[in-house]
Amino acid sequence: MRHLKKFAVSALALTLAASSMAYAGGAKIGMITTLSGGGSGLGIDVRDGFMLAINQSDNKDVEVVIEDDARKPELAVQIADKMIQSEKVDILTGIIWSNLAMAVVPSVVAQGKFYLSPNAGPSQLAGKGCNPNYFNVAWQNDNLHEAMGAYANAVGYKNSYILAPNYPAGKDALTGYKRFYEGDLAGEVYTKLGATDYAAEIAQIRASGADSVFFFLPGGMGIAFMKQYAASGVDIPVLGPAFSFDQGILGAVGDAALGVKNSSQWSNDLDNDANKAFVASFQEAYGRLPSLYASQGFDTANLILSALDGADVKDADAFRAALKVAEFDSVRGDFRFGNNNHPIQNIYVREVVKDGDVLTNKIVGLALEQHTDAYAQECGM
Amino acid sequence: MTAALFFEQLLNGMQFGVTLFLMAAGLTLVFGVMGLINLAHGSLYMIGAFACAAVAAATGSFWLGLVASIVAAAFAGAIIEVSVIRRLYDRDHLDQVLATFALILIISEGCRFVFGSFPLFLDVPAILAGPVILPGGLPYPIYRLSIIVVGGLVALGLYLLIAKTRLGIRIRAGEADREMIAALGVDIRTLYTIVFALGAGLAGFAGAMVGALQSVQVGMGEPVLILAFVVIVIGGIGSIKGALIASILVGVVDTLGRVSLPSMFGLFMDPSAASSIGSSISSMLIYVLMAVVLIFKPEGLVSQNG
Repeated sequence: MRHLKKFAVSALALTLAASSMAYAGGAKIGMITTLSGGGSGLGIDVRDGFMLAINQSDNKDVEVVIEDDARKPELAVQIADKMIQSEKVDILTGIIWSNLAMAVVPSVVAQGKFYLSPNAGPSQLAGKGCNPNYFNVAWQNDNLHEAMGAYANAVGYKNSYILAPNYPAGKDALTGYKRFYEGDLAGEVYTKLGATDYAAEIAQIRASGADSVFFFLPGGMGIAFMKQYAASGVDIPVLGPAFSFDQGILGAVGDAALGVKNSSQWSNDLDNDANKAFVASFQEAYGRLPSLYASQGFDTANLILSALDGADVKDADAFRAALKVAEFDSVRGDFRFGNNNHPIQNIYVREVVKDGDVLTNKIVGLALEQHTDAYAQECGM
Repeated sequence: MTAALFFEQLLNGMQFGVTLFLMAAGLTLVFGVMGLINLAHGSLYMIGAFACAAVAAATGSFWLGLVASIVAAAFAGAIIEVSVIRRLYDRDHLDQVLATFALILIISEGCRFVFGSFPLFLDVPAILAGPVILPGGLPYPIYRLSIIVVGGLVALGLYLLIAKTRLGIRIRAGEADREMIAALGVDIRTLYTIVFALGAGLAGFAGAMVGALQSVQVGMGEPVLILAFVVIVIGGIGSIKGALIASILVGVVDTLGRVSLPSMFGLFMDPSAASSIGSSISSMLIYVLMAVVLIFKPEGLVSQNG
């Protein structure tokens, strides 16, 4: 009799739980990201943001496997194969760099798995190479540069000096800027990838008579450029995408970055409830301010969780549809996908400010409203 | 290009050359005296930069950081010499390359373990911040100017050390004949440790000075290491004088090439393509220089035997 009663109670509890949760299926997620070597700060932020969302979720059936690609394409490919074949993951995510994404994503989606990009957005995957199983939760690579071009028009710059490393993403950056910027160019310079001394370029900037400088120099290159630029006494205003002014890097640039305008789809002062909760909980969990990359990791995980809420990951069509509607509270505010599964979103202009002792960004304007990337028409979806 | 701009670029080239010299001087000493290829020299450069950033952050003084960079790198160099390098002198170069490459990996990951993967902050001291107006009305960063001066002083100091002191005589003797100097009662093991620590200290010093200008992060040493090898090959292995001449040459050629080639191509191409091709060719320029030097002077500009 006692046993029976116990059984009845637990059965009741089960029914209650089931009815209140509707449906939340499990899934196995493979994350391939850069956790060692150059650029590992980005991968660590994506991972931390992603895992924060997973840990906050009620859905305890989601399993995440994380591996380090050390920024090597061949290693990323091996890990992807292993995750699909022996770990049997349903969804892959995590890659930071476009060249690694190009090596991994096409074969992953061809095997019927889902790939959600928390960072890289190469143009090939946004245009002709778009795929129903590939979702980009961050941006198409050109977006932030395009926004800075639009901003330069808005504030009336007429003669920009533009600068990027001599590699594909550098060329995409300057192309993106020029796509929107309408003024003249005082100079267009490609520097050696990984260069850390910009004295020669800064002297040319001084001599060029430019009224603004736009640069895309990710990682240590940007830190070096900004410090040297500040020391040179050249006072032409500087513009750039968020990458060189994000939370992980600002500390190393120091006061040299103060006042610089940069473009981003996210900022930690973006005024919405999801973002406030995210910034507070990220700080509590990791003891530092979240970066752009952390916000992208967080959004990616929440998108997956929202889709699992309504659809079984094994039912590819239903799960794909559930991803596409993107019913989740993005830290960017409104979030929706365009026809090519890339975000249509606002891109803001931020300014580097000092909050107490900590350098951070605050939003000062909107550069592009509900912006769609330039390759969407080329995608046949 | 105006004369003022040309002069400024010349200064930039010299400053770049001087920082290369600080790296190359240690490398060429170790290679010349001890016959050892030390790939981990770039890691000592990184250790210097991290030590300077950490001490400067803790004490607020860049100068203490600078002292710490030399001490830390020299100390690390001495430990590495005693524990690892000492076993490699009689091995062939391939073993040395393998062992010192392993050191790069160990030191890089160790640095990440201690300091984390985000770049550290290190800024130039307030007294050297900002530009100074040179004769002719040209503004130039004081810090870069001081690097040129300090590099010149280090070169002079090294010259005096090698040419005028007893330690210098022993170093030169060790270079010429390792067995004979040991037979004469000089403690060759200690001498090697001193030379290695000296080279390491110089690399750490360079790392700290350049770190304030660029960024202090894991892996910062390897690109400089490659250039430093180019410098010692051009200059003649084992020669401090050769390293000085070659590093200034490489610095100036690289800087002027970077500036003038894109505009040269711009005369007969559209600007975008000219910039892209010009920068690609200018990044090869120092290797072309190295090839040309080796054709005419296979032992480098300053040959030890000539």
